[in-house]
Amino acid sequence: MVETTEPAQDGTPEPRRLRVFLVDDHAMFRAGVRAELGAHVEVIGEASTVAEAVSRIAATEPDVVLLDVHMPDGGGRAVLEAVRRTRPEVRFLALSVSDAAEDVIGLIRAGARGYVTKTISPDELTAAIRRVADGDAVFSPRLAGFVLDSFASRPDAPVADPELDQLTNREREVLRLLARGYAYKEIAKELFISIKTVETHVSNVLRKLQMSNRYELSRWAADRRLV
Amino acid sequence: MRATTESPRLYRARDHRMVAGVASGIAWHLGIRVVWVRIAFVLLLGFSGLGLLLYAAFWAVVPPRPGGTGPPPRRNVFHLLPFVVIGLAVMLVEVVIFKSGVAGTAGWLVSIIAVGAGVIWHQSAPERRWQWSESLPVPWLGAVVEESDRRAFVLRFIGGGVLVAVGLIGVVAVYRPQGNFDAVINGVIFALVALAGVGVVAAPVLWRTYNQLRAEREGRIREQERAELAAMIHDQVLHTLALIQRNAGDVKMVQRLARGQERSLRSWLYKPAGSPTERLAAALEQAAAEVEDTFAITVEAVVVGDRETDERVGALVAAAREALVNAARHAKVETVSLYAEVEPEQVSVFVRDRGAGFDLATVEDHRHGVRGSIIGRMKRHGGRAEIRSTPGDGTEVRLFLPIPREGTPPGKDR
Repeated sequence: MVETTEPAQDGTPEPRRLRVFLVDDHAMFRAGVRAELGAHVEVIGEASTVAEAVSRIAATEPDVVLLDVHMPDGGGRAVLEAVRRTRPEVRFLALSVSDAAEDVIGLIRAGARGYVTKTISPDELTAAIRRVADGDAVFSPRLAGFVLDSFASRPDAPVADPELDQLTNREREVLRLLARGYAYKEIAKELFISIKTVETHVSNVLRKLQMSNRYELSRWAADRRLV
Repeated sequence: MRATTESPRLYRARDHRMVAGVASGIAWHLGIRVVWVRIAFVLLLGFSGLGLLLYAAFWAVVPPRPGGTGPPPRRNVFHLLPFVVIGLAVMLVEVVIFKSGVAGTAGWLVSIIAVGAGVIWHQSAPERRWQWSESLPVPWLGAVVEESDRRAFVLRFIGGGVLVAVGLIGVVAVYRPQGNFDAVINGVIFALVALAGVGVVAAPVLWRTYNQLRAEREGRIREQERAELAAMIHDQVLHTLALIQRNAGDVKMVQRLARGQERSLRSWLYKPAGSPTERLAAALEQAAAEVEDTFAITVEAVVVGDRETDERVGALVAAAREALVNAARHAKVETVSLYAEVEPEQVSVFVRDRGAGFDLATVEDHRHGVRGSIIGRMKRHGGRAEIRSTPGDGTEVRLFLPIPREGTPPGKDR
């Protein structure tokens, strides 16, 4: 899968190893990710249930939480909502095998900073974790597609906050290029803007997704399920 | 009456029937001509309506011949007429000449009740009836607790209920010597009270039976789902895992198997079924899957929106497929991106790789795949294709197909 990541920027010495927490109910998968990531980041803890995750994340204060979508007792979303109430500074990256738009968009709306699938390569996962830790959003092409779908203009739907519930043309452009498999650098070149601007657009899209009209998006999700 | 059900070969005829196939069934069973059976029924009418009563009883108890799946052929109503006329005549003769009086009327009333009950029974679905006849000691319960089709249920009950009520009122009215109106009213009230009493007594049993049936049905549905899932896992996952174990050394093979398996499981779990011949998204995903399997690469397919396919959209899909094949064959990469978006006025598809790339100006002349299958095809169908390629930086094929306004609005297509 093509992640929209920069090639690892070597040269700058790693400031410090990122502290990462793993939440997944499959022990095998946790072990695999831990082994893959061990060289690049510090995996400070694992949890297999929602309750365990909530308490241990609060105790260990990681930089980034890798969060599975599907778990018993409410799944990743329950963890996200519980932790964000007390520690809004913890960043979440959804890491799931699920491809259902409802799952992905649901987690992003709840506050995850990005979404990658479990087939992602270790290098790309490390890069994604780093980006999330830096406050940026991680959009896989598939996520970009889902977001475009969710913001597709529906003339018949009531719009509560027009500013928030619509994407600007530029943001739409950026999302399309993301979905087409372009990296940030390539998007910047294509649109004659700087990489920083691309990042800003992507962050704005994420913010809009997390704050925009709930009615519209839930209706969209319902529509998708009915197709 | 019970004896007839125990004979395993006595069925009601599905085809050669006038009313319910009882006479045909009996004739077939006994090996005699059907007309004799019919005449026998009609003559038996003379004995206080015994023929009708018997017919209703047979109708209620004898199951229809199994096997025929489609609706049975229409019965010929006109064949029925003579028998009806003869029957009426027999009744008339009996009433007028022999003046059988009260006993004869009682026979009539009982037969009306029987017919009402028969209607209730007959209106229920044949398969259900079959099931009930086997599973319940009293087959009538089945008709009462049936829950599927509410309209048939109501019709059946009003129709049958009216007949039963008429019969009951008649019984009361006839056997009251005074025979005045008050007696009839009293009789009706009495009958209602009696019915209510029966209802109260029977309700728990009925309710239990109903619940039992429902639980059984739900269990069956769950079982079916499990079986379907098990079959799918067996057919795909287990076989793939076995293949992977055998080919553990062949990385390419293992990857290909795992990818194909992932794709099919994913679409089974998350995607609503769409026919590739009808929907654009399904068609594109199928094309991507074929290229993945043929060339052992990954196609990251993202489709935004969806619409029906027609000839032009089909051409778009074919062009996109060709672009994927080109990328898989020449770009020498592991991954190709496919992005499609359905907008109100156009459908666009982008196929992008980060592979070798080529110089359009120098290579295009002998690349018939590009010129014929992509550019030419799009042009023929009123669209256009752009190809951007830089050696070393990959290729992107962009396909655009305008949609005429009169088409279905894309908002409806999702």
